[in-house]
Amino acid sequence: MDEILKLLVDDARTTPAQLAILTGRPEADVRAAIAGYEHDGTIVKYRAVLNPEKTGEANGVVRAWIEVSITPQRGQGFDAIAARIYQFKEVQSCYLLSGGYDLLLLVECGSLREVGAFVAEKLAAQENVTRTATHFLLKVYKEHGDVLQPAETMPRLPISM
Amino acid sequence: MDTARVHKLNTIVAHLPPSGIRAFFDLVLGMEDVISLGVGEPDFVTPWHVREQAIFALEKGYTSYTSNKGLRELRAQIAAFVAGQYGVAYDVEHEILVTVGVSEAMDLAMRAILNPGDEVITHDPCYVSYAPTVTLAGGVPVLIDTWTAPGFKLTPALLRAAITPRTRAVLLNYPANPTGASYTRAELDALAAVIIEHDLLLLSDEIYDALSYEAAHVSMPSLPGMRDRTIYLNGFSKGHAMTGFRLGYACGPAALIAAMTKIHQYTMLCAPIVSQLAGIEALQHGMPDVFEMVVEYNQRRRFVVHALNQIGLDCHLPQGAFYVLPSTRRTGMDGLTFATKLLQEQRVAVVPGTAFGAAGTQHVRMAYAASLAHLNEAMARIARFIRDHT
Repeated sequence: MDEILKLLVDDARTTPAQLAILTGRPEADVRAAIAGYEHDGTIVKYRAVLNPEKTGEANGVVRAWIEVSITPQRGQGFDAIAARIYQFKEVQSCYLLSGGYDLLLLVECGSLREVGAFVAEKLAAQENVTRTATHFLLKVYKEHGDVLQPAETMPRLPISM
Repeated sequence: MDTARVHKLNTIVAHLPPSGIRAFFDLVLGMEDVISLGVGEPDFVTPWHVREQAIFALEKGYTSYTSNKGLRELRAQIAAFVAGQYGVAYDVEHEILVTVGVSEAMDLAMRAILNPGDEVITHDPCYVSYAPTVTLAGGVPVLIDTWTAPGFKLTPALLRAAITPRTRAVLLNYPANPTGASYTRAELDALAAVIIEHDLLLLSDEIYDALSYEAAHVSMPSLPGMRDRTIYLNGFSKGHAMTGFRLGYACGPAALIAAMTKIHQYTMLCAPIVSQLAGIEALQHGMPDVFEMVVEYNQRRRFVVHALNQIGLDCHLPQGAFYVLPSTRRTGMDGLTFATKLLQEQRVAVVPGTAFGAAGTQHVRMAYAASLAHLNEAMARIARFIRDHT
């Protein structure tokens, strides 16, 4: 991956001037590269990563992973039914997987009852959905490569040779 | 009771000056909210798969001695690394010794080769242990002042001028602590020519080889005529972020390695087995981690050099390691005053240049083995400090 992209993934607030210093490339080149990535969709958007425990959202949000088995449609495979499912606002992520089921959904709702209602009334009710299995999230240890509550590391000596 | 006789010391040890940094270290320890740029080790924790291998080794009960030379598999991995990286072949049985860090290897080499009064030439500034290690082995350190040389580099002319009939060896460290200086192939060829011409031994401390930013590192024993007159020293502390594992190695001619091994077997026996097993894992699977860390060090290097020059501290662009050695001359303060006041007023710790050589009165060493966030804050504090004093 381009060094510029890696730096932006780590901190999207890094300015083109800072990126130019860090990578040793002219600032104009950095700006052009970022514009190119934004234009061709390599960079989809810039967002902050929040710790839900700190924002309080953790108390009002229930997250669940739902395995979904579906019958693919002739000529369209899994895509059409996936599109019907991922457009529900409760669905935060939707993946097609190999293995014992087909779609894996990350769903966020305000309560257990809302998740249940989503599964019963919207998801399982889809014509091509043959089976669902819902797993509720209990605790997040690590997400998107970040450990949310890092263990304390041993401090180094303040001066060493 | 008069204990003078009981407490009488070895003469060499008694006259050995303590590390110049000790008082400064004590000063830092008593302070809070200090951002330290004084740390000579990676800020990265050893990659997890290496630590996990060490834990697994303990769980499996690997708690014994190993052969004096080190585990054969580790020596084989070291041989493969040096051959693959630099094209130098060392015999696994007779030409490689695993040590407790490069520091032990350096000590063994000095004790193996020096007779009383033999001279060892090295560059000044240099790592703090070099001169004491030579002295403790009965030798005489000959320090070539490179404080004002371009890029702090040793040149053939400077080297030639320091050679005497008592010269036994040259000790070269590149990329260097504390300067970050490294050498091109042509520069190394020129130094090697002088070493060969005068039939000298080279101790080549290449512990920072992985941390080379401007060009691929060229290893001294890979140059024509140098393999059989070089003791090549390397280890796991810097590139693999394994300082606390205390693991290094020496490669060289069988007769010299055998002599070093003789001392090692009587004094150290072997490097810790857990560290050796972790070292195997690092060499087998750890190179991608090294490359990732190098990319980050390089970003920090550019950031720090740019920031210091903007602040008004003249700073060369180091080619390797993770240190810069800016001059304090423009501030009107010598390095020790600068470091002391910076610590007291802005809580940023840097190391006075005199820790690395008596002539380093106008420099301070800063290590950029710290996160960008820390470096950013440190540079802001240094900028405030400079504003307050101009």
